[in-house]
Amino acid sequence: MTGEPIIQVKNLTAGYGSTVILKGINFDVRAGEILTILGGSGSGKSTLLKNMIGLTKPLSGSVLIEGVDVVTAEGQERLDVLRKIGVAYQSGALFGSMTILSNIALVLEEFTDLPREAIEVIAQMKLKAVGLQAAAYKMPAELSGGMRKRAAIARALSLDPKILFLDEPSAGLDPITSAQLDELVLELSQSLGITFVIVTHELASIFAVADRAIMVDRESKTIIADGRPKDLRDKSEHPMVRQFFSRRLEKGNA
Amino acid sequence: MGIMDGTEQATFRLEPGRDGQATLTLTGRLDRDSTASLWRQSTDRLRELRPKRLIVQVGAVEYCDAAGISLLMEYKRILEQNEGQIEIRDLQPQFQQLMALFEIDHQVLPPKSLGPVANAVHNLGRWAADLFSDFTAQVSFTGEICAKLLKTVLHPGRLRRQDTFLMAEKAGVNAMGITALLGFLIGLILAFQSAAAMQNFGAEIFVADLVAIALFRELGPLITALVLASRSGSAFAAELGTMKVNEEIDALVTMGLDPVQFLVLPRLIAAVCMLPLLTMFNLLFGLIGCGVVMTTWDIPISTYIERISAAATLGDIFGGLAKTFVFGTLIAGIGCLRGLQTGTGPSAVGDSATRAVVSGIIAIVVADGVFAVIYYFLGI
Repeated sequence: MTGEPIIQVKNLTAGYGSTVILKGINFDVRAGEILTILGGSGSGKSTLLKNMIGLTKPLSGSVLIEGVDVVTAEGQERLDVLRKIGVAYQSGALFGSMTILSNIALVLEEFTDLPREAIEVIAQMKLKAVGLQAAAYKMPAELSGGMRKRAAIARALSLDPKILFLDEPSAGLDPITSAQLDELVLELSQSLGITFVIVTHELASIFAVADRAIMVDRESKTIIADGRPKDLRDKSEHPMVRQFFSRRLEKGNA
Repeated sequence: MGIMDGTEQATFRLEPGRDGQATLTLTGRLDRDSTASLWRQSTDRLRELRPKRLIVQVGAVEYCDAAGISLLMEYKRILEQNEGQIEIRDLQPQFQQLMALFEIDHQVLPPKSLGPVANAVHNLGRWAADLFSDFTAQVSFTGEICAKLLKTVLHPGRLRRQDTFLMAEKAGVNAMGITALLGFLIGLILAFQSAAAMQNFGAEIFVADLVAIALFRELGPLITALVLASRSGSAFAAELGTMKVNEEIDALVTMGLDPVQFLVLPRLIAAVCMLPLLTMFNLLFGLIGCGVVMTTWDIPISTYIERISAAATLGDIFGGLAKTFVFGTLIAGIGCLRGLQTGTGPSAVGDSATRAVVSGIIAIVVADGVFAVIYYFLGI
């Protein structure tokens, strides 16, 4: 995994109003890499994700996706950047008034000239890839939590993005479904070469899929660890990182 | 002879061979845009030709994404429909992986809808069943409220007083502005419109009679009730609906707190107490509105007031106000019931709010009709 940097986060300071949550963050994501963003609750993982996809404007700094700043991009340029990324939200965020198939077909209808039957075939293909083809004509409310997350990934895939952002994909799922989801991520990464940025704190998931993990910390508001998950677990100097990976409270440091 | 067509980015060539065999050669980039332009032409020609065996040459495809794969899937489907065979040749390894991930052996079809007649019968049956279950729900809800209201009257300490006052403020005090404005305008408009007819007889002074009686007996209570239904009935439904969706109602139940006692009664009592007060407020401003019109015809205020007290009896005023207690009960009861009936899904809360307003308004008008009949026989 030594691709070109596809996302560059430069000197990013993020927060809401006067509350600074992350300060001076710098890191690159290389093409084809599966990167996980870790951190305890309230450490700013989701904030970082929202800044990376241009949903919230950072207080300062910039995020470049293939060289284009998502913060300042406007008009066509912004649309082009958005088409390179797919986002699967934590709760699925499927449109409740549409069938699963229509959820996926929506952007294809809006952004391509493909005829209706082509869109239908593509949508079914995406659903098949996540193992949900049989649920194509169901409504989101009829699906279980795990199915909704998989449908959200299928929707994120609908425009063949280069980068897929997943916000806590395995939160609230049973270990088996969670493992299936990991399997899916690896499969998509290998066959389509998609770059993944995954926010999670599921240890099993991190070890199963991640090429690299970065950890943000609430106290210091910066990245306190960056490396392969195994190395972080075994070799990290930082007590927080060791605690996170060993799932233990160290005495005198709680 | 081959047929060749396409765009700058991608081309296709369909060559008929011997024994119903044909070769289709794709070149270039098979992305979203080029696939969109190739799709119609190539599938139409393929349908025309109906080969028994199709060889798709994709060795010269330099890029292929899901859209490209879907085109290959479509060829496959067309051939299957015509009972032909298809062979995809020389697909580059990276696209083969894509194919393996996305290939579908059949398309899931949308669930079959019934025929128009069967559908109509189905809908009629469902509508009737819904109407019946809705009716029983309303009856049992009314019973439940009555029982708990009685308990609360016997043990007033059990009522959540703070909530009740908060609801009274939201439903009553905060609605004063709009109620006053509506009352003023209705009084003004009513006086103005009836003046045209009255002036023909030189009987402008009787506009006061007409407006006062219309407001006291019908319009005041009705308009204020409609304001309450659209402002607070919908709010009650939305509040309780959101609580239902968030499982807050379930949480109350498992904590041993009764949602009707805890949520419905404060709203009901607040609405029933506030609606008569709001109505009086509305009436006052209605009379002021009418008075404004009267003064423009140089009728002295004192004459106007005299006229009103001569025209309207206490029976008119209290008959009108008595209705508002019933209207208030209906609005709050229906709003809360719709809220508690909220289903799942993102549009559920909105649906509940809509249903609360619609059934609230219908209930108000029906109740008003019943009152008209009762008053007629009582001679009020």
